[in-house]
Amino acid sequence: MPAVSKGDGMRGLAVFISDIRNCKSKEAEIKRINKELANIRSKFKGDKALDGYSKKKYVCKLLFIFLLGHDIDFGHMEAVNLLSSNKYTEKQIGYLFISVLVNSNSELIRLINNAIKNDLSSRNPTFMCLALHCIANVGSREMAEAFASEIPRILVAGDTMDSVKQSAALCLLRLYKTSPDLVLMGEWTSRVVHLLNDQHMGVVTAAISLITCLSQKNPDEFKTCVSLAVSRLSRIVSSASTDLQDYTYYFVPAPWLSCKLLRLLQCYPPPEDGAVKGRLVECLETILNKAQEPPKSKKVQHSNAKNAILFEAISLIIHYDSEPNLLVRACNQLGQFLQHRETNLRYLALESMCTLASSEFSHEAVKTHIETVINALKTERDVSVRQRAADLLYAMCDRSNAKQIVAEMLSYLETADYSIREEMVLKVAILAEKYAVDYSWYVDTILNLIRIAGDYVSEEVWYRVIQIVINRDDVQGYAAKTVFEALQAPACHENMVKVGGYILGEFGNLIAGDPRSSPLVQFNLLHSKFHLCSVPTRALLLSAYIKFINLFPETKATIQEVLRCDSQIRNSDVELQQRAVEYLKLSSIASTDVLATVLEEMPPFPERESSILAKLKKKKGPGAVSVTELDDSKREGGELNGGGERSSDSAAMAASNASTPSPSADLLGIRSSAPMGAAPSAPGSLLVDVFSEAGPAAPAAAVNNDGFMRELEQPTDTSDSLLVEGSGDADSAPPSEDPADPLPEADELLNKFVCKNNGVLFENQLLQIGIKSEYRQNLGKMYLFYGNKTSVQFASFSTTVSCPGELQSQLNVQSKPVEPLVEGGAQIQQVLNIECLTDFCEAPLLNIKFRYGGALQNLTLKLPVTINKFFQPTEMNSQDFFQRWKQLSQAQQEAQKIFKASHGMDTEVIKAKLLGLGSALLDDVDPNPENYVCAGVIQTKGQQVGCLLRLEPNAQAQMYRLTLRSSKESVSKRLCDLMSQQF
Amino acid sequence: MGSEAGEGGELERSMTGAALADANAIPRCPGPTSVSGALVSEMIRFLLMVNRQGQTRLSRYYSDVELRLRQSLEAEVVYRCLSRTKDQCSFVEYQDYKLVYRQYAGLFIVVGVTDDENELSIFEMIHNFVEVLDKYFSRVSELDIMFNLDRVHIILDEMIQNGNIVETNRSRILAPLSAIDKICDG
Repeated sequence: MPAVSKGDGMRGLAVFISDIRNCKSKEAEIKRINKELANIRSKFKGDKALDGYSKKKYVCKLLFIFLLGHDIDFGHMEAVNLLSSNKYTEKQIGYLFISVLVNSNSELIRLINNAIKNDLSSRNPTFMCLALHCIANVGSREMAEAFASEIPRILVAGDTMDSVKQSAALCLLRLYKTSPDLVLMGEWTSRVVHLLNDQHMGVVTAAISLITCLSQKNPDEFKTCVSLAVSRLSRIVSSASTDLQDYTYYFVPAPWLSCKLLRLLQCYPPPEDGAVKGRLVECLETILNKAQEPPKSKKVQHSNAKNAILFEAISLIIHYDSEPNLLVRACNQLGQFLQHRETNLRYLALESMCTLASSEFSHEAVKTHIETVINALKTERDVSVRQRAADLLYAMCDRSNAKQIVAEMLSYLETADYSIREEMVLKVAILAEKYAVDYSWYVDTILNLIRIAGDYVSEEVWYRVIQIVINRDDVQGYAAKTVFEALQAPACHENMVKVGGYILGEFGNLIAGDPRSSPLVQFNLLHSKFHLCSVPTRALLLSAYIKFINLFPETKATIQEVLRCDSQIRNSDVELQQRAVEYLKLSSIASTDVLATVLEEMPPFPERESSILAKLKKKKGPGAVSVTELDDSKREGGELNGGGERSSDSAAMAASNASTPSPSADLLGIRSSAPMGAAPSAPGSLLVDVFSEAGPAAPAAAVNNDGFMRELEQPTDTSDSLLVEGSGDADSAPPSEDPADPLPEADELLNKFVCKNNGVLFENQLLQIGIKSEYRQNLGKMYLFYGNKTSVQFASFSTTVSCPGELQSQLNVQSKPVEPLVEGGAQIQQVLNIECLTDFCEAPLLNIKFRYGGALQNLTLKLPVTINKFFQPTEMNSQDFFQRWKQLSQAQQEAQKIFKASHGMDTEVIKAKLLGLGSALLDDVDPNPENYVCAGVIQTKGQQVGCLLRLEPNAQAQMYRLTLRSSKESVSKRLCDLMSQQF
Repeated sequence: MGSEAGEGGELERSMTGAALADANAIPRCPGPTSVSGALVSEMIRFLLMVNRQGQTRLSRYYSDVELRLRQSLEAEVVYRCLSRTKDQCSFVEYQDYKLVYRQYAGLFIVVGVTDDENELSIFEMIHNFVEVLDKYFSRVSELDIMFNLDRVHIILDEMIQNGNIVETNRSRILAPLSAIDKICDG
């Protein structure tokens, strides 16, 4: 018998294991195993009854074979037989087999349950433990039904042995997780909490796992655990390392228990009781102090155990986010770890600091470590550590250090590991956009990104740069010049060709004055890349060519020739062929005027959440999104696109994506990245398709430059800012049933909607609220879209709209109740009907309540209904205008403000805002062409109020003077207040 | 339970030399795996003991992982941990797990935990486990684990129950085993 086997070694088993070890090949091993399986099978089936020892031996062999990776489909009955043995080792093997080879065969479960019942009532603690282990491991419904009421009794009974209590606690935890409905709270619950006081540390260790889980689900019932946990923690932390002898690990008292206590406290907000809080803060300070003390042992186990507690304490400090002093100390401590020689500590410090960066108290302290973190990005030898460093740089980035961080990330990208390139690219793109002070820097950064890591630049990124260039006319010339230069490189990435094609097609005229980039030079440059590109890019280039014909009539002959050649007009690809044929025809039969209308410059895109951010969120999303899932959603999006769902109807406002029941058609862009990734395959005629797009979607829109960009022009996803990031306010909203006070930023959010009707009103980590509204006369209709950004259902979802005070008599808002459940990732819609009775100043309040994972979320926003929404534009000539202006010359009819420009004084932007206001913007009225004047009538139920507006910018002083005149004092004043926030 | 060399001279007693001659045990090709099971709070999802050849010596799952997925999961996990060098950190992100691993001579112990689990405390739990094994087997080796799988499971069950650390005190962990051995010897 090999000497290695302990105790009552089973010779047959040892021989078998040695045989396996001696097998020279996998085939030999399989052969030996099959022989053994046949042997065991015959033994089990044989007429001779096996004794307990033999059964145990064979079951043990089966376990070993299972471990080697072979499925075991017999032996269960023999294992169940072993359960009723009186020998511990036989019983234990039986239970082990059942635990490891879980089988929900109901017949067996009944037998197993019987054995468990016997063992539980045996009063033999070791048998009881085995039985409890087994329930905990299998945890099936039948077992829960049989034992859920029994276990709590065992757990809290006074005479239960400690080891049995430990097993019972974990057993109950498992049953509570798998069948919560069967585990009824009762008298035992309060006694479970008091297990935190148990003399026996092992019992506390086991019980705390159960209490943590119960507290997460029923925070109120288990609130008392906070003070108990604090006092337990305090006793451990302040004890000398010799006090808790048995539970001291390398001079650290009870490290695992300390971690678990700190983790339990993270289920709750900071303790309200001052004494408890004081004691806890003292503990946390002691833990931080201990980190500075010289180690009691040189062993790495000592410092690891100590640091395990330290990191958990820092997590708690970050969770509370209310003690600036502790936060800064935590940050300093992590700063020390950033330079530690242990890779593990550097990794954990970077990870922990990442969450610290988002706290307002410690953001600045985190920023002081920027050089160390950049250094880590450059020099760490472990990619996972570098990845953490990149995450931290992203988290600590703000306006003050954006250029440095983006530059470092870009230079890191040149050598970055393939596994993290795509995410890095997204991060660089987001930071560049979020903190772009001048947009030429933004364009440079993105083009660099394509140059360095073109393969990893997803569609979202290059779509986005085009969106921004189209929407910002101050950067268009620069962008055209820069892409033109970038395209000069002998080998440039296909994504660069796409961006180049699109931008030159739109704005090539801005650089055409320079003979070095004359229209023909531009065209030849683009066309030199054509043959190296894939079909979708070629299609895009063809669209750019037809735009060239419009921009530069002198290129017409050259381009027509290109379109006419066989490789285009007879291309085997249907899409390319169709484009060539249609564009050729269009360019030859349409008059210049028609051509100019059809091929007009793209209208600005509705501003909305960055699709890149949506993508990054998806990447990092709640839980982890596996690669297969991403692929699935892409495929799903692809089918949607190809299925021709996008009829002209679906572009109409009411029938926009939002109201489509399909969860993948999402108004708010939470999933917008998915369809975007899909290949475009336009059904039917391209031009018809394109024109129908241009209809209700964007009345001024001309031909879509390219089939791809269709996604961009969806009149759906809109947002107030380029990047809306979850502020997480809802998380900290007070858990009260009364409507919460309006968010501090509610006024600011309201102001963003004065000049527009659609967009994202609010967004945090859980919820996104989108708005679409339309107004006619004194009536309005508002569509609210509530999007659940998590993967978890929102329960008891309810919204109330109220008109506080005076507003009740001024505005009439009616809403229908919403569905009380919002599934994870889903979106629901609510329609409000609004009637303006008379002019008003305040905004109606929207209160939203719902439960997310048990916690009540309660937030109140101001609905962006402002008096100007009821404007009817009035066109008039200069003479009429000034005549009326003079008529309204009484002091109380006028409101005036002089204020500093808070945004750039760009003419187009100002015009867009004034148009958004709802009144008519009158040209050639003011003698000074720099000034803007508008006229309109505010429609209320009771009366109509004529209003005139004059805005006089002073570019030199960066100031505006805004004057409002109307027949009603309150209207002039309110409009003046509203408008002065807009420029 | 002598510590003298086994009768077959090929049986190494120390972990350091425990290399098996099975050339086919190179990590199998990694395949996609997915793991179901409700994620409620931080917990240990599985514990593996694997030798340098990629052979699993002990595996224990605390969440439902389908049998057919276990092999590919183990192969992938082993592949990821074995390919790392000493100066890389001991935590690896893998799917929605975090892997915490520790190497003892030719044997790797890999613990898959949920993302929010305290890495260092798991890292030291592994060491505690090994110290308990070492105490019981007086200088534990890979062979001890192979030949005494049932006992190793008893020890593990005393330390971890359905994914939670339940006991950390060495003598209490070994109490049931000592009782058994007393019965058998006596």
